[in-house]
Amino acid sequence: MSCIKTIQDYALRSIGIGERLLPREDFTLCEQFTLIGSGMIWNIYFGLTALVLGFFFAIALAMGKASPRALLRKPSEWFIFVFRGSPLFIQFFFAYFLFLSLKTDYPFFDPFTSAWMGAVVVLFCNTSAYSAEIFYGALQSIPKGDVEAADAYGLSGWARFRRVIWPTMMRLAWPSYTNEAIFLFHATTLVYISSFPAWQQRGDALYYASYFADKTFNPFIPYPILAGYFVLLTLCVIGLFGMVNRRLNRHLPQEARRRIRLRPNIIR
Amino acid sequence: MFEFCTDPDQLETFRWFSCYLTTGKHMNLYWSVLTVLTLLAITAPTALLFGFGGAAAARSRIAPLRWIGQTYIAVVRGIPDIAFFLFFVIALDQGIEYLRHQALCPDWDQPIRQGNDFIVCQAAKMPLGSAPQWVHETYGFAIAVVTFAIVFGAFAANVLYGAMRAVPRAQIETAEAYGMTPRQTFRRVLVPQMWVYALPGLGNLWMVLMKATPLLFLLGVEDLVYWARELGGSKTPRFTDYPHGDWRMWYFLALLVFYLVFTRISEIVIERATARVTLGQATTGGEAMRKAA
Repeated sequence: MSCIKTIQDYALRSIGIGERLLPREDFTLCEQFTLIGSGMIWNIYFGLTALVLGFFFAIALAMGKASPRALLRKPSEWFIFVFRGSPLFIQFFFAYFLFLSLKTDYPFFDPFTSAWMGAVVVLFCNTSAYSAEIFYGALQSIPKGDVEAADAYGLSGWARFRRVIWPTMMRLAWPSYTNEAIFLFHATTLVYISSFPAWQQRGDALYYASYFADKTFNPFIPYPILAGYFVLLTLCVIGLFGMVNRRLNRHLPQEARRRIRLRPNIIR
Repeated sequence: MFEFCTDPDQLETFRWFSCYLTTGKHMNLYWSVLTVLTLLAITAPTALLFGFGGAAAARSRIAPLRWIGQTYIAVVRGIPDIAFFLFFVIALDQGIEYLRHQALCPDWDQPIRQGNDFIVCQAAKMPLGSAPQWVHETYGFAIAVVTFAIVFGAFAANVLYGAMRAVPRAQIETAEAYGMTPRQTFRRVLVPQMWVYALPGLGNLWMVLMKATPLLFLLGVEDLVYWARELGGSKTPRFTDYPHGDWRMWYFLALLVFYLVFTRISEIVIERATARVTLGQATTGGEAMRKAA
């Protein structure tokens, strides 16, 4: 079987298009590359959806945490503490079993027990909490002079937020937020190994990598392939976020710009 | 556990639960909590030691040592977390078996990798096939500790490396002006002063390490997650005296709360430690404490 044929059969296997049966023996490198790459579709889907939706919620949470009103501040603080203070792994398990028992009473929760919905909800809450903490930190370090200048110009309320506070907050938070995005993508590998079932063997990249490692007893091929794909994904994220970072900092002189630096922050 | 537990069907709710929560299997769950705490208690100092070694090596004046330290920091940081855990355990296991195989069975003529299988002679198996169960469990635990220590050691090395560079240059120069040797400067000036810069990073790392403990489950240790799944699943009266529905949700809720409480305690301890190391330092925090006193 040629490699092109393999790609035709398995490139979209993780979303149920193409050959149904996974290869069972005589695994070729091409098969491993194609299937693990096919699993990356799920990782990107989980990461992107959670990131885009979580971005807006995180800003709301950060504003809530910075609010002087206890009615807004307390719930935000608790939300952030709960999702940052417990392992994502346990959150996945808990959410899955929670949805499972809710499903028996309310059919509305049916889709939540499958990964495409349930896992996204968990990742959304998780990344919102982590990003909110980053945005909150940035909000606290907005230079006092900027806000005073805005006051002096007679800006207040929504206009001050939109024109001064929000852009500065984004600019300050962006390098850390890039890290958050990268590690969110890494965290998507937890979905199938924690609790959510891979229906009809449609799993993410790690699911297929561990499938190959289990079948061949040789971790030295599938996991480096997986690592390679993730390095590529990370480079894409850095590239995209770097473009946004340049745009956010375009008014500043070269040397005053904040560079994006990859910081360690592994398992959540 | 209690003498009234002989016939659980007759008990009212409170007594039923006090019996249910003290069955032999639940004791296993409580033991696994202890396993997690032991893992943390062993791993954290080991990782710190690895980190200290890595950071000291990365800023060594001897080039090969410096390269080793810097590579150690760079490699572990670049790879996705869980893949590293899954990969490292098998790699470590096979590496040990391979070395033992080379040493113990020199007259073995077949290749070790036969297609997809990894075959070593019986004497090189680790642990030996004839070993009792507890040896297998301890070995699995030890592998987990080493994996955690290596991975977190690299992160700690990174934090400490940054902290060592953050110590004001003037402090080092003063030490040199007093005629201290590089070793004395390192021991008496650099290390005592770097903690204030390292503590936020190390605190973060501790939180991460704590939250990584459920991954023991992936390494095949019978940990909290394993027992929560095991005990929570629905039980019929045929197999147990304590039949119940699917309670896994409640078990994982309990785990969630356990971790949250643990996080909160850690936060408080780290706050205190920060106050302790800030005292008398040439930083804004130290200055504020001096003025307040």
